Amino acid sequence: MPIMILGKEKVPQFVEGLLRDYQVIGPRKKDGFYLFGPVSKPEEIALEYPIALYPPRKFFLPAKEPVLRFRLGEKPEVEPVVEPPTPKVLFGLHPCDLHSTRLLDAAFLKENPDANYETRRRNAIFVGIDCLAPCDEYAFCKDMGTLDPKGYYDLFLTDLGEAYAVEIGSGRGEELLRKYSAAREATKAEQSKLEEVRKDRDKNFPSRLKFDASKLPEILWSRFNSPYWGELAKRCMGCGSCTLVCSTCYCHDVLDRVELNLTEGERIRVWDSCLLDEFAKVAGGLNFRPSLEQRLRHRFYRKGKYLWDLLGLPGCVGCGRCTRHCLAKINPIEVFNDVYQEYSQA
Amino acid sequence: MSNAHLLLPRLARILEIKELTPREKLFTLQLEDGKPLGHSPGQFVEVSVFGVGECPISICSSPTRGDYFQLCVRAVGQVTNALHRLKPGSMVGIRGPYGKGFPLEVMRGQDVLIAAGGLGMAPLRSLAQYIKDRRDEFGEVTVLYGAKEPGELLFKDELDEIQSVGECLLTVDKADESWKGHVGVITTLCPQVSVDPTRTIAVTVGPPIMYRFILQEFKKMGIPDDRIYLSLERRMKCGVGKCGHCQINGIYVCREGPVFNYAQIKDFPEAL
Repeated sequence: MPIMILGKEKVPQFVEGLLRDYQVIGPRKKDGFYLFGPVSKPEEIALEYPIALYPPRKFFLPAKEPVLRFRLGEKPEVEPVVEPPTPKVLFGLHPCDLHSTRLLDAAFLKENPDANYETRRRNAIFVGIDCLAPCDEYAFCKDMGTLDPKGYYDLFLTDLGEAYAVEIGSGRGEELLRKYSAAREATKAEQSKLEEVRKDRDKNFPSRLKFDASKLPEILWSRFNSPYWGELAKRCMGCGSCTLVCSTCYCHDVLDRVELNLTEGERIRVWDSCLLDEFAKVAGGLNFRPSLEQRLRHRFYRKGKYLWDLLGLPGCVGCGRCTRHCLAKINPIEVFNDVYQEYSQA
Repeated sequence: MSNAHLLLPRLARILEIKELTPREKLFTLQLEDGKPLGHSPGQFVEVSVFGVGECPISICSSPTRGDYFQLCVRAVGQVTNALHRLKPGSMVGIRGPYGKGFPLEVMRGQDVLIAAGGLGMAPLRSLAQYIKDRRDEFGEVTVLYGAKEPGELLFKDELDEIQSVGECLLTVDKADESWKGHVGVITTLCPQVSVDPTRTIAVTVGPPIMYRFILQEFKKMGIPDDRIYLSLERRMKCGVGKCGHCQINGIYVCREGPVFNYAQIKDFPEAL
């Protein structure tokens, strides 16, 4: 697939075209932060943004969504709730956010596919944008192997100064570009420029992990009983903010809600957090992870080992959102390096 | 595309409700379409009381018994208390059967040692019934069953049926005046048991504390770890490997359990 070029001045026209046929979700500036949300005008998209406060997962797994609707009675009537598809373009996703969606896809589309997730995902097109420098000191995407989007996009933009280089990752992406944009094929010089920009990009990202991330599952597993987790838990407040902003967290609860008429209601799926006390508690009160130490460790193992083993992809994409939002500034890079230190001395 | 909605239950009607103890009731159910549930002993279903919620319950009858299935439910949480308030004829939602049950293929032709503690008898009753109905497929059967007090013993009127399958030893932790049998925790029955460890499959279901001790007894009997199976309780909220609540380290109990081979899970620190 040839590399295309889209002049920066032509981006608004591209977005305007998309807006005719799609809901366009992009990074918008609000109160000093950037948030993904639907845009109505091209200029609302702040394409050159450091990182969005929240990851894009809510567009596929809303914080709260009805999954069943029921009418109570002698014979209850129950029907699934699958919302009609809204074709969406997610415009301006960074590589970490593309990778986290890749993980969610593996969890929700492969075995036992989830109809609600599937409907939303099949109707979403990803236009990614390259990060040429770390968004801040908390990001460690390069260490987790998620700085390179590895083809997990429909279109992918890289800032070449005056214009964006556009790489095409799918037939849908190609069609989008052809139908709505005035992109043209890149010249040889522009292709070389893209390569140069990429090389500079890689230099801009420091390596912060002291070992190869692929060894993380093994390293963590060897230190499961380390007192380190108890020490770390002394700093953790167990608030669950990290799971709330995590781009790959997808644990959820399912609850029934009845209307005031007491005859109708819905079953809803809501985000849950393994950091919270109730998470592994069964009826009768037995809690299989009663201590914060166990719950905090579980979270790190889920990111660094369990999801990796289960889905074959890193459970942490290095976006750094958890640290940014953590009151105690617990930082996965420091945790992973500390555990590695113990591992290498053991 | 997925054909069925993962979280959509089928309707089932409660045919009969029997009070086993003040805390436990036995529900006999049939799917609305009359079809058998299609389960294997040791599997579980997600039971819905619409408007209240959904929870995992192990199936306590054998698939060999016909088109109905039974659930032994202790009133202990919101959904189970709501179930206890229902009357015969009421309809509930059923998803499943889910998970892996007892290893019938491995057990065929082998002797079977069953150790049930408290409510652990529920899934093991399914197995005992199955063995009874296909008696010639299995070798010697021994059943150990312990409860805290005589009043908590489940399926008391079915003990003759279990005796017809093999030796059944009962114990209670604490006796009352009515009790003439053995007193002591379940492991105190073990010295009375002699099994051939090379041709015995041991199956145990009970509270977590029981596992620690009964596993030691199995070891004393010489039963190798890979011939021991146990069922682990966790919060299987979705039943389909998504919600994360039932995880033991990286294992989803709803998918890979609830029945596990002991050799395969003993190195998972969160398992026991």
